[in-house]
Amino acid sequence: MGLFLFILLALISASAVLAMIVTKNQAYNALFLVLAFASLGGLFGLLNAPFIAVVQIIIYAGAIMVLFIFAIMMINLREGLPPEKKRRILYISLVLGLVFLIEIILAASGRLSSLAGTEVTETGNPVDLGRLLFTKYLYPFEITSILIIAALVGALVLLKKKEKE
Amino acid sequence: MIPASYFFILSVILFVLGIIAFFTKRDLLTMFMSVEVMLNAANLAFISLAKATGRLDGQLIVFFVITVAAAEAVIGLAIIILIYRQKKTIRTEDINLMKG
Repeated sequence: MGLFLFILLALISASAVLAMIVTKNQAYNALFLVLAFASLGGLFGLLNAPFIAVVQIIIYAGAIMVLFIFAIMMINLREGLPPEKKRRILYISLVLGLVFLIEIILAASGRLSSLAGTEVTETGNPVDLGRLLFTKYLYPFEITSILIIAALVGALVLLKKKEKE
Repeated sequence: MIPASYFFILSVILFVLGIIAFFTKRDLLTMFMSVEVMLNAANLAFISLAKATGRLDGQLIVFFVITVAAAEAVIGLAIIILIYRQKKTIRTEDINLMKG
């Protein structure tokens, strides 16, 4: 059952990203991305991380993608490149992607088999996560709040219309 | 029980797809979306390794990654809208200010 769910969700997420590569319309791209993120949330749930799964769906598939769709609505949609130029770029990027894939496989091939045997000791319930967040990772957590304030103020300042002109 | 390495392999595949999308797409918004795909692939790798080692630290790092991704999305979209206001386009081949 678990393996079946994994294969189903993996296929959905990978093919949603593939569909994002193929389609030109940015609004469809954003919706495919929502599908991919939602199925990734399901995969997180399979990995004993239910809280992260919920956070993934609420923040990624919800908030961040709504932000993207707002930006798409503010920018009118247009067509992409003429096909012959795009083909060359496609080949280059395929080669780059394959090189990276081989690199990762070479780097990880020795280590993955040893990981498969270890058993799970902790689960990702919110109590344990919160305890860890407020003890071991307290400083990163506080620095994160500064980051969010900086992003908020930065976005406001960037998009402010000039008073003079 | 699914081995954690399956999830790791899936995260590698998603990351590679994100790279390919980043280089094939020619508009800033979709390129930005493919960066989000890559971040999510990294999240999946973190969680699968957290499961493999039986520790929670990997899951917590995903929280920070999601927070940074949200901040990055806000700033990045603001910059894209600024570019659109000035240039009236978001296609990368039309934005060649630094071309000699």
